[in-house]
Amino acid sequence: MDGVAQLQKQLVDFTDSLFQEGFLDEQFNQLQQLQDESNPDFVVEVVSLFFEDSERLLNELAKALEQKTIDFRKVDAHVHQFKGSSSSIGAQRVQKVCIAFRNYCEEQNIEGVKPWHRCLKCLQQVKLEYSLVKNKLETLFKIEKQLIAAGGSIPT
Amino acid sequence: MGISTESQFHVLAVDDNLIDRKLIERLLKTSSYQVTTVDSGIKALEFLGVHEDDQSNPDIPSVFPNTHQEVEVNLIITDYCMPGMTGYDLLRKIKESSSLRNIPVVIMSSENVPSRISRCLEEGAEEFFLKPVQLADVNRLRPHIMKTKPKDQHEDKQENKEEELGKPEFQSREEKEQQQQQQHHHLQQQHSNSNKRKALEEGLSPDRTRPRYNNGLTTVV
Repeated sequence: MDGVAQLQKQLVDFTDSLFQEGFLDEQFNQLQQLQDESNPDFVVEVVSLFFEDSERLLNELAKALEQKTIDFRKVDAHVHQFKGSSSSIGAQRVQKVCIAFRNYCEEQNIEGVKPWHRCLKCLQQVKLEYSLVKNKLETLFKIEKQLIAAGGSIPT
Repeated sequence: MGISTESQFHVLAVDDNLIDRKLIERLLKTSSYQVTTVDSGIKALEFLGVHEDDQSNPDIPSVFPNTHQEVEVNLIITDYCMPGMTGYDLLRKIKESSSLRNIPVVIMSSENVPSRISRCLEEGAEEFFLKPVQLADVNRLRPHIMKTKPKDQHEDKQENKEEELGKPEFQSREEKEQQQQQQHHHLQQQHSNSNKRKALEEGLSPDRTRPRYNNGLTTVV
């Protein structure tokens, strides 16, 4: 059972680091609480939906910022969605950059002042944090899969 | 967690965000409610059998005697910020409808705006949840939902209610809950002075015991 114990430790340590580094917050624990024998893949399902939806939103945002005249209400609406879904799965760092992005968009509703390159920078930050957390979560799920395959169970 | 005995309560959840719909559905199902989710206020009204045109003339019944089956809804939980019809707009439409106004409505929002919260409560919302919604919030739905059922069915529910309140709550929620409770308490004090609404409730409550269609379907639109 050494392999299982090792994988369990790896999983616990990795998960702890994600919380410590702020990638995930309490809400992620809440998701895990909603997973049980009747819904054993709930977390993976929700997170997969989050990945799909996020990629769509990032595309929409890139498009919106390419326009000659940027529709900031549209941009704000997309970022609001992104903020909401990241908050719902506990992706704390993504949520934070979304908040910063929104604040920035609100500031820009001043006549004649539309520095789109700074908005683009906000978008880049969101993209970065998103890909970081995506990477982390995919790694997390991989370890879980290995653990289960080795005959272990995910520690609660 | 009960299965069949609890399946009589049906919740309609309204949210334009896909992930939030998935989450609220799971939260509600975990609490043994039947769930229907829709992604807009308009779809919610369609589901409830309300047609926009009827609202203007109070003499015309708001709900068409449909050829398709009506499903009874015991509670509506809706997001506040939605494109087109907001959760607040939806709340108003429901409260304006003679057939729907007794269905308890709960609002959810990611933003903690006191004026928004009080506006919703004044308009008749039972609760206002801050997102992300958690199991502890969903546990608070029970007393509101139970008001819509005849008294003799309450006995079965009592046991399950206690069981569910025993579910663990997390430390970090304390702050959030305290804040929410403070606001809620303050607003409830204001709210309880609304005699108009109380009179409505008392006057109409006998109608709520009238049996309606309940075919036990769970649908996801």
